[in-house]
Amino acid sequence: MDFDRVDKILKAYGMKETHLVSILLDIQTEANFLPREILSYVAKKLGIPLSQVCRFATFYKAFSLKPRGRHVIKTCLGTACHVRGAVKVLQTIERELGIRDGDTTRDFKFTLETVNCLGACALGPLVVIDNDYYGQMNTTKVPKMLKDY
Amino acid sequence: MRIADESGLKELKNSVLQERDSLRPCITICGGTGCHGYACEKVIAAVENEIERQNLKDKVSMRVTGCHGFCERGPIVVIYPEKVFYQRVAVDDVPEIISQTIINSKIIERLLYTDPNTGVKPVHEDDVPFYNRQKRIIFGNNGKIEPTNISDYIALDGYGALCKALFHMTPDQIIEEVNKSKLRGRGGAGFSTSKKWAITRASKKGMKFIICNCDEGDPGAYMDRSLMEGNPHLVLEGMIIGAYAIGAHEGYIYIRNEYPLAVRNVGIAIKQAEELGLLGKNILNSGFNFTITVHKAAGAFVCGEETALISSIEGKLDGPRPRPPFPAQKGLWGKPTNINNVETLANVPLIIERGADWYSKIGTEKSKGTKIFSLVGKVNNTGLVEVPMGMTLREVVFDIGGGIPKGKNFKAVQTGGPSGGCIPESLIDLPVDFERLTEVGSMMGSGGMIVMDENTCMVDVAKYFLGFLDDESCGKCVPCREGIEKMREILTNICKGEGEEGDIELLEEIALTVKETSLCGLGQTASNPVLTTIKYFRDEYEEHIRNKRCPAGVCLDLISYSIDAEKCNGCGACVRPCPTQAITGEKKKLHSLDQEKCIKCGACFETCKFDSIIIK
Amino acid sequence: MITLAVDNQEITVKEGTTLLKASEKLGIEIPTLCYHEGLLPYGACRLCVVEIFKEKENRMVAACSFPVEEGMKVVTSSDRVLKRRRMIVEFLLSRCPDVKTIKDLADRMGIKKPRFKSKNLDCILCGLCVRVCNEIAGIGAIGFVSRGKKLKVDTPFHMASDVCIGCGACSSVCPTDAIEMELDAVKRFLELLGSEHKCRYALMGLISYKVCSNNYECWKCKIDQRIRDALGTHPIFAAKKIKKEKVNQYFSFLKKIQE
Repeated sequence: MDFDRVDKILKAYGMKETHLVSILLDIQTEANFLPREILSYVAKKLGIPLSQVCRFATFYKAFSLKPRGRHVIKTCLGTACHVRGAVKVLQTIERELGIRDGDTTRDFKFTLETVNCLGACALGPLVVIDNDYYGQMNTTKVPKMLKDY
Repeated sequence: MRIADESGLKELKNSVLQERDSLRPCITICGGTGCHGYACEKVIAAVENEIERQNLKDKVSMRVTGCHGFCERGPIVVIYPEKVFYQRVAVDDVPEIISQTIINSKIIERLLYTDPNTGVKPVHEDDVPFYNRQKRIIFGNNGKIEPTNISDYIALDGYGALCKALFHMTPDQIIEEVNKSKLRGRGGAGFSTSKKWAITRASKKGMKFIICNCDEGDPGAYMDRSLMEGNPHLVLEGMIIGAYAIGAHEGYIYIRNEYPLAVRNVGIAIKQAEELGLLGKNILNSGFNFTITVHKAAGAFVCGEETALISSIEGKLDGPRPRPPFPAQKGLWGKPTNINNVETLANVPLIIERGADWYSKIGTEKSKGTKIFSLVGKVNNTGLVEVPMGMTLREVVFDIGGGIPKGKNFKAVQTGGPSGGCIPESLIDLPVDFERLTEVGSMMGSGGMIVMDENTCMVDVAKYFLGFLDDESCGKCVPCREGIEKMREILTNICKGEGEEGDIELLEEIALTVKETSLCGLGQTASNPVLTTIKYFRDEYEEHIRNKRCPAGVCLDLISYSIDAEKCNGCGACVRPCPTQAITGEKKKLHSLDQEKCIKCGACFETCKFDSIIIK
Repeated sequence: MITLAVDNQEITVKEGTTLLKASEKLGIEIPTLCYHEGLLPYGACRLCVVEIFKEKENRMVAACSFPVEEGMKVVTSSDRVLKRRRMIVEFLLSRCPDVKTIKDLADRMGIKKPRFKSKNLDCILCGLCVRVCNEIAGIGAIGFVSRGKKLKVDTPFHMASDVCIGCGACSSVCPTDAIEMELDAVKRFLELLGSEHKCRYALMGLISYKVCSNNYECWKCKIDQRIRDALGTHPIFAAKKIKKEKVNQYFSFLKKIQE
């Protein structure tokens, strides 16, 4: 992602620090994660301390400062999913991929993340890969789900 | 094309209605997130194709609506005008629906919902037990409109309340009407909406703001999402009326980025409302200006807290701030700011249009109107239900929810998200309203209702919530940051079988400190899951601590899997899913499970069709 | 003016006064950790909790940020208050078992050994350093990173800051000595080009000229020393005082404090 694109995003939000979250979200959508040099650039352009930008980038769960895999697996750990066995589903995914929550596989195919509720509780336990929903998951469905990618 | 005034809106409504033939069949397909999870977009495409293929464009129309609430049975298709209710519709069913139901008016039996308790198959949506016990005054229109089409909303008298407010009422009259309706905030503590508005209105300083809080973070609750996705104009209308009442000209909608469909739909709705002059400068030529900006949230439960939300919009993020000063006095950029939850605002147009007298007839003495609950967890009919305040838990869980799956026993209901508590079976006849829930140690919260059965371990539930809060605490104040972590450590030990005598008392002591001394609502209510589970399920804690046993069979370190020699018929189905090859045995002979190798993942338990895997 | 009672002693103070200030006026001591006179109330350590009684209401609030209200009764050291404070100190002691400030507090409250696992950290996350760097110096070289139990104070990306002016204010306000001034690191500033040198007084708009007679070695600066002595605190807080009193030139300020 080049600085011209960042400039365009910044302009779309009127160069205002109040839109920092939206700006960072848009950058992450394009760049897959939040690269350091872009965060420094954003801080400089908005005229705010870099520490403030880093505070946002590390506070919210949606942001990643590390490159992520081509597919992001989000396992919902909301209450409804929890009581229906979400932890076992997560453990199975971890075991299948050999990574822990928050990590990326060596081949950069998958990044595994957990979310504290995706708001689709009737589908629980729920796993979302990129934008595809896998509802009513259980441990035996995991290998098949991963084979889709 | 701007609408000039009140009569202009009426004309628009009439012209929309004239264009439509109310008797013409209309296939509505639920496009909510729940149904998306069941691939409803494929059904939508199939219906489009089939209408095209059979050349029925003039005879039947189609509408992709917001969430119908009955997410368990998605994808849901309802055919108007008769409201034929089909559930679990697959792509292959579509040609039949068109050729049978639309053309020949024949009902397809297999797509109807079957009541598991009576075996009855109701044909019409209103006869489905899940719906007919509800009172869907807020949520009902979700199934009737296409959220991205403002005409649909206007056809149902949309923005009529705004006209009434702008042209026939003063701001004080609006606040008085809301006051008479006794509307209380639907996002958490249940503070009086009119009082909040009155304080913000009374602040004399120039700029004021109104914020719509759609950072629905309570795990297990998704009514705000469904309202924003399914009927965004209703929320906008409520927000504009609120802004007019308090004298704000700028508004913000703070919405979770995890809700992409809601972000999209509210963005479209704002644009449409602006084009028609229902939002922006000089609304309906009344002289009132109001603009709305959408702010995305990026996943932080604490930002649902008003002051943290404000600091996030300011681009500062210094966490929750000490109160007083309250946002109504000193909020966004130091200006008086009113923050309302999505569902609260969705109630406003209704109160204005139909009057406080009508509204306040619904509900209990101190809690008026209806409440949308997300009925989820171990319950047959999961989904969103809207019921009058004061309905008992039993009615919600058993009559609407259809009871517990697989004939298991009901154990508890958890309400109020991580700030709430667990209500045991002995209180199942509790009427649900703000006061009653608080009395039993829980709270209304945003309306999550998670049903738990005999296989749910209450210590594990308490540990789960503390894990959630430990993850979501901003870390600013000591009791919340350190206290929650300590409680979590103790609970983890108990679940591992390393609990000691005195742990329960220590938990209670920490819980009280966190409750009484934390900076914001997150910490002040964080102890509720612990305190209520200790209060109602103390024996379960003691069983873990003294006998190192998990009665519900959940805590991994305290359970073991084994094979029931009488039930196992040696089918071998469990052998392959076992990731550690712990199960061995010849075909058609009793299998055995090696405890050394077993990692208790539960794969065999899920696979076995003969209940021969036992958890102890 | 507002009249209230703190520990049964009546006092009348200006509207907007905090409970902490009001108690101070009566000579009642309330322990604090994250409070600093020169900074905005933050309310994070919760050590200053007190009980308030108002009509039917009875709850605990943080004295450092809660404003006085008419007819309010404040109790600063009831059993309940002391019990909660003790638990908070116990939390902190398990977090920072070797920090003197915390150990002293625990000693005074009679806590010998915390009942929780110890973490061996230095920082209690009171935020004083972050706030002084942002609010007073206006630099923002350090900030909070992450959240919850992972929360910490750090420079962006954990790298040497390129905006830090080496004023040392963070280190001086830190109650647990978790921030050390590294003279070597400060000397790094001297290697900067002349135009990039920053005098903290110039940065705050207190003086206008560009050349420093001490070659930007603040620890040799006499003005600095004098302000430090006069205020009894880090000179960074002088800036706020000067700004408040609208004294634009530091000479007149110096004159004033020498008098």
